[in-house]
Parts: sequence; C-alpha cells; structure tokens
Amino acid sequence: MTFRAAVITFPGSNCDRDMAAGLEAVSGTPALRVWHGDADLPDRLDLIALPGGFSYGDYLRSGAMAANSPIMRAVIAAAHRGVPVLGVCNGFQMLTEARLLPGALLRNAGQRFICRTVALTVENTASLFTAGYAQGETIRIPVAHHDGNYYADGETLDRLEGEGRVAFRYAEAVNGSARNIAGVLSANGRVLGLMPHPERAIEPAAVAALGGTDGRRLFESILSALASA
Amino acid sequence: MQVRVLVRLKPGVLDPQGRAVHHALEGMGFAGVEGVRVGRLIELDVADGTDHAAITAMCEKLLANTVIESFTIDTAGAD
Repeated sequence: MTFRAAVITFPGSNCDRDMAAGLEAVSGTPALRVWHGDADLPDRLDLIALPGGFSYGDYLRSGAMAANSPIMRAVIAAAHRGVPVLGVCNGFQMLTEARLLPGALLRNAGQRFICRTVALTVENTASLFTAGYAQGETIRIPVAHHDGNYYADGETLDRLEGEGRVAFRYAEAVNGSARNIAGVLSANGRVLGLMPHPERAIEPAAVAALGGTDGRRLFESILSALASA
Repeated sequence: MQVRVLVRLKPGVLDPQGRAVHHALEGMGFAGVEGVRVGRLIELDVADGTDHAAITAMCEKLLANTVIESFTIDTAGAD
C-alpha cells in the first residue's frame, strides 16, 4: 500500500517540513507537498496535514487567513467526504477557524509563548489517530505556541466530552485551556486538531532533544487504520 | 464609504491581554480601573451603496470569529 499524504504549506508555515519528514519516517513514502494558493488537492489522498507555524503572520487571528485561503475550500470539501485531516498547532487553529472543529484557540492564559515538552493524557483510543495508544495513558509531546488556550462554551464542551471527542488532555496546567483540552476530534472522528506537535516526537534523535517518541504512534495509528480499512 | 467594524471578545471569554493591560495600569499608579477588555477596530473603505448584509457577511466570515467575538458595524459615525 502506498500512503498518500499531503502536507499543505502556507506563507509562514514552519513545521511543514517536520510534518513531511515525520510522515515519511513512519510510512516510508514521501509526503506530497501542496501550496496554499493551489485550488485543488492531489487525488486519492489518505491524509491531509495542516502544519504548525505562523501562517500569514497570525494576522487578524491565528489561522483565520489560512482558513480562507484557496486550498482550504478543497480541504473542507475533502473533510466532508471523509478524508482524514490532521491539524497540528497552527493547523488546529485553522481547523477551528474553518469550523471543521468547534471552539477557538485564545492567547495562552499566562500571556507567554510556551515551548516545552508536556505530559498529555490519551482520552480517546477509538479514532484512527489514537487507536495505537492505551486509554488513559500518559504521553509526552512538545508544545510550542502562543495561542493554545482552547475555548468553547460549556454546552459545546459537555457535548465534546459526552461524544468522546476530547482526544488528548494536558496532564498538567499548560495554557489555560478549558478542561485542559489539548486535542479534539470532529463528530465523525476523522478530523483531529491538537496543539502539541507529535511530528516532533518520532525519531530516536527526539528522545534526547525533546523527550521521547510518543508522537510516532499517532502516525502509525493512521497507517494501521488505512491498512485495515 | 467608510465603515467601522468594532470586534470585541464576548462576555465571559477570558481576555489575558486585557488583564495584562489592567495589571500594567495599576502598576503605573492609575487607580479605579475595574476592568480592561481589548478589542479591535477595523476600518473598511467600501463602494458607496454597499449593503449592510454584505458587510455583515464579511464580519461573520472573516473579520470576527463569532465563536468568541461579537461585532458592531458603524456606517454613520465613520468619517
């Protein structure tokens, strides 16, 4: 099976190469690279990845400009067809701005940019992104963001929790996120947005530098789900 | 035609920036400040006769994120 993943680069993306390298490290297949100004995505995609960074300089709101760029119309259409979409950090912000995921990412409660490896609790192991983890497992993944403070109204938060759509929760106070939410899934479980960077915790070199390789299983989960589909 | 769009965080949405500004004002010795909320003013120069519905659509689709923000459109007061 050839894994067809597309990584989209926006002006100001800075984790697009890391995402592509991570996908290739796990799948053995180079990721396809797509520019934000393109109108169309490659066909037969197994995954669309929206990388971290500071698209459009975070103008207006983080992710707001990217969410309205030409390629996002194709991403939204693909998501509605069920193509898996992974948004990391700025990619998560884009997914909320594009309304593919509920809520919004506000400025960190402490006002500071946070760049460190944090502990997360895996809350959902039923999705194609998280099936490789154990329920309640604690994993360590780096974060690097200024606007990672997840907000949604109480009713939405209750619904997300009730439907098992909280994928990951911070196991420690990090950025003021409502109910310590670090990652959320769409209603069909095929869109995941998270602030931590699993693509930075894949290769053995990440153990010494960034604290582990716990991000690897997220990508392995996607591959396993495709192989068994 | 000048249009001013005022975008504000909805009540209840935490505003760390406003809180930091509030803290700074207190630190500077300004007494009696009971709260600070930071919003955004966007000035649009649009064709005369642009209807209100079009401006509202701009606000809902891009200028404001209605999950966390409210907006008001001012066409009369703009100069």
